[in-house]
Amino acid sequence: MNVTTIIVNGIAVAAIIAALVKDRKKAAAGIKGGLVSLIFLAPLMLLIVIVIGLIMTFLPPSAITAAVGDEAGIKGILTSTAIGAVIHVPAIIGFPIAASLLSAGASVSAAAAFITSLTMVGIVTLPIEIKELGVRFAVIRNVSALILAVCIALLVGVIL
Amino acid sequence: MNDNAKQEMMKKKKRRNLLRDSLLLAGGVIAVVIVLLVIPEKSGVFFAESKQVLLELAGVLPAVMILMGLFNVFVSKETVVKFLGSSAGIKSLFLGLALGTLPTGPLYIAFPVAASLRKKGARTASVLLFLFSWSCIKLPQELAELRFMGYEFMLVRLGATIALAVPAALLMEKILGKVEKR
Repeated sequence: MNVTTIIVNGIAVAAIIAALVKDRKKAAAGIKGGLVSLIFLAPLMLLIVIVIGLIMTFLPPSAITAAVGDEAGIKGILTSTAIGAVIHVPAIIGFPIAASLLSAGASVSAAAAFITSLTMVGIVTLPIEIKELGVRFAVIRNVSALILAVCIALLVGVIL
Repeated sequence: MNDNAKQEMMKKKKRRNLLRDSLLLAGGVIAVVIVLLVIPEKSGVFFAESKQVLLELAGVLPAVMILMGLFNVFVSKETVVKFLGSSAGIKSLFLGLALGTLPTGPLYIAFPVAASLRKKGARTASVLLFLFSWSCIKLPQELAELRFMGYEFMLVRLGATIALAVPAALLMEKILGKVEKR
């Protein structure tokens, strides 16, 4: 078993014990809530598993490298930023997508750009954001998040 | 709208999404079956790749979701609003960044929280930082990043995000201030 998997599960077990000690009722509600979300997430998770399987099987690494690899440069970063902004999946599922693209030849900056824009920019949720926070705030926040995604990607690329 | 009605709506939305995702999954399965019938020699690679991703996800997802559930119950949004709404100065910027990592749930749940923060007079830059960190530095979510991307990538991405998000939020605050005065 992978070491990180053990660490992650260890943290979860510790949190469950701490929560049970603090407030048994609340802890039970939290665990139940988490498991219910897990069930609701399952179909999407399986779909992503299939999609990743298809990508790794049929998209030749050379195509991935050309689109979002190191030699794609800023164009690759912009491409993955755009993809992250448009698709609407929970971040937890975004990480395995980014990881498999990375192992298939995508650049680290492209992966960082994808994760950042996936989580920060919400084209699908824009109507809700406008309703709650106003047009100006929502538009400026999303545009700045897009620019920020590109800048963060470049910085990550310089460091790693 | 009261809280009960909102919760009812969320539940309905969740069920609709579940149905949509299940239909998409069914479509995906059918597509895979067709593709693998046409190109059977690729099925070995496909099953090996999919199995690996599935095992990796199954290893951490339950833990991460339970952690999110616990955070959801133990960190109330009211407390966050109370803390951030009454803070000022540089401290409020970092408070926004720090408090955004605690609650869980998708970004659209953060919008009403951000709206009530603005109503309470919280600084625009700290509300922006709160939304930024809610979206991409949430603590349970980071465990999934640790698992899939490795600690080096995670730390560098988080460092870059924090280093750039603070000046960006201050700049956006200025721009928003100018736009909203007009």
